[in-house]
Amino acid sequence: MEYLIHLAILFAIYAILSLGLNLVVGYTGLLSVTHAAFYGVGAYTTAILLTRSGWNFFPALIIGMILSGIIALLIGLVLSKFKEDYYALASLGFNIIVYSILLNWQKLTRGPLGIPGISRPSIGSLSFSENWMFLLLALILLVIVYYLSRFLVRSSFGRVLKAIREDEGAIKIFGYNVNVYKLTIFVIGAMLAAVAGSLFATYITFIDPSTFTIDESIFVLAIIILGGLANLKGSIIGALILVLLPEALRFLGLPNDIAAQMRQVIYGVILILLMLFRPQGMMGEYKL
Amino acid sequence: MTAISTKNLVKKFNGVRALDDLDLEFKKGQITGLIGPNGSGKSTLVNILSGLFSPDSGAIVINGFKRKRINPLDNPVYSLTRTFQEVRLFNQMTVEDNLLVVLTERNVFSALFEKHTKYHLEKTKEILDKLGLKEKAHELAANLSYGQRKLLEIGRALAMNAEIYLFDEPFAGLFPEMRKIVIKILQELKGNGKTIILIEHSMDLIRELSDEVIVLDSGTLLASGQPDKVLEEKKVIEAYLGE
Repeated sequence: MEYLIHLAILFAIYAILSLGLNLVVGYTGLLSVTHAAFYGVGAYTTAILLTRSGWNFFPALIIGMILSGIIALLIGLVLSKFKEDYYALASLGFNIIVYSILLNWQKLTRGPLGIPGISRPSIGSLSFSENWMFLLLALILLVIVYYLSRFLVRSSFGRVLKAIREDEGAIKIFGYNVNVYKLTIFVIGAMLAAVAGSLFATYITFIDPSTFTIDESIFVLAIIILGGLANLKGSIIGALILVLLPEALRFLGLPNDIAAQMRQVIYGVILILLMLFRPQGMMGEYKL
Repeated sequence: MTAISTKNLVKKFNGVRALDDLDLEFKKGQITGLIGPNGSGKSTLVNILSGLFSPDSGAIVINGFKRKRINPLDNPVYSLTRTFQEVRLFNQMTVEDNLLVVLTERNVFSALFEKHTKYHLEKTKEILDKLGLKEKAHELAANLSYGQRKLLEIGRALAMNAEIYLFDEPFAGLFPEMRKIVIKILQELKGNGKTIILIEHSMDLIRELSDEVIVLDSGTLLASGQPDKVLEEKKVIEAYLGE
């Protein structure tokens, strides 16, 4: 049971990450490969405020979101100079920069030693230190993030995001400031990633920079492409599949000496087949 | 009265002058046919007037505002809208959303808290009805036929409820029934005092619809005036019809 709760918590964290990234990539068409950087900013802000300043989780979460949003605003301003493939490459560069800062600003982040002893969240006498209580908190935040994202994509704002994805030049002609729209959704996506980061830090109770690499950004990108771009339910399903699939492969009964490698190979093959036969993802509206 | 004029407008592509010191005037409340052989600069001019391209030098005077270049953000201020030579719809959005996106709030923060109002939906229905696309409201724009896509783009321009309309070959590829719809729309707009710049290759349509014609050749003004007179000029026939 504990194992299932653990998987459910991971699922909730990745679903929150994916919902935020889908707003940026799926709805607006900005191929961002820097999501793990904002995930890291949220995680480190919460971890530092909890371990060094004795803050409560919830205000630390808000500060993490604000800081992540400010960094996203600065990164987004630079990224607005790029388009398509160059945008993806430049965003990848920012993930590397943030990772390097987390690794090398040792006074603040303790570098590769990481930050241990991060306490679990609590409100007054209500503690989320039990895993099932933490799952409840993660699911509540997931529901809030889902409905917030749904509110955004169903608004006029969401409609403009889709128009930007479809033809940025054409929507400009009708008097839309597309850069402001792109920046706004990039900042919102980063703030949602910070929510996932704060949850991750307080769930594992230890963080180090190795969690917030490009690999993680690509993993979240894989979730939203697999689940379906521009589809919020797709992000949830994608997170469910990609978090559970490697675990499910544990039960294949492979010989112990090759089990780990074979699981990775099968995992890769399944991803390739899915993209080959269903490039728009499980529930997606459009292909990259 | 002049709605748009250009002063010494120059636009070069790789050193080649697509527009060469162009002085033009488009009168308010009229349909001005903009014609000329391929590469004469018609679409370049429309792209500059709508802010898609910046000119290299010269100026544009639009509704009294003198500008070195048009910022497309200001098109609602200039009350200007357009269609494209190659249809540019928001393909993975519904037909209805292609219109709503033009009708609703421009400001980011207002747009966050607005979906659309009853007025927006009624306006959308009215336009789709006019275009004969009412039944297609909830289909993706990508699934429409070429002619329907062309009509929807015209509808999107109508949704702006602008004073100045730039139509870049709106009749190209349309069936006769669809042509009738577009002709009716243009005549209605003119009846309502709107200014229309119409790029068109069919001389019959230019004769039928235009109050004035401007002929471009190699980025320069070749002739302008009433269609019947201009289209009979020897230099126009030579340049445009190759006769």
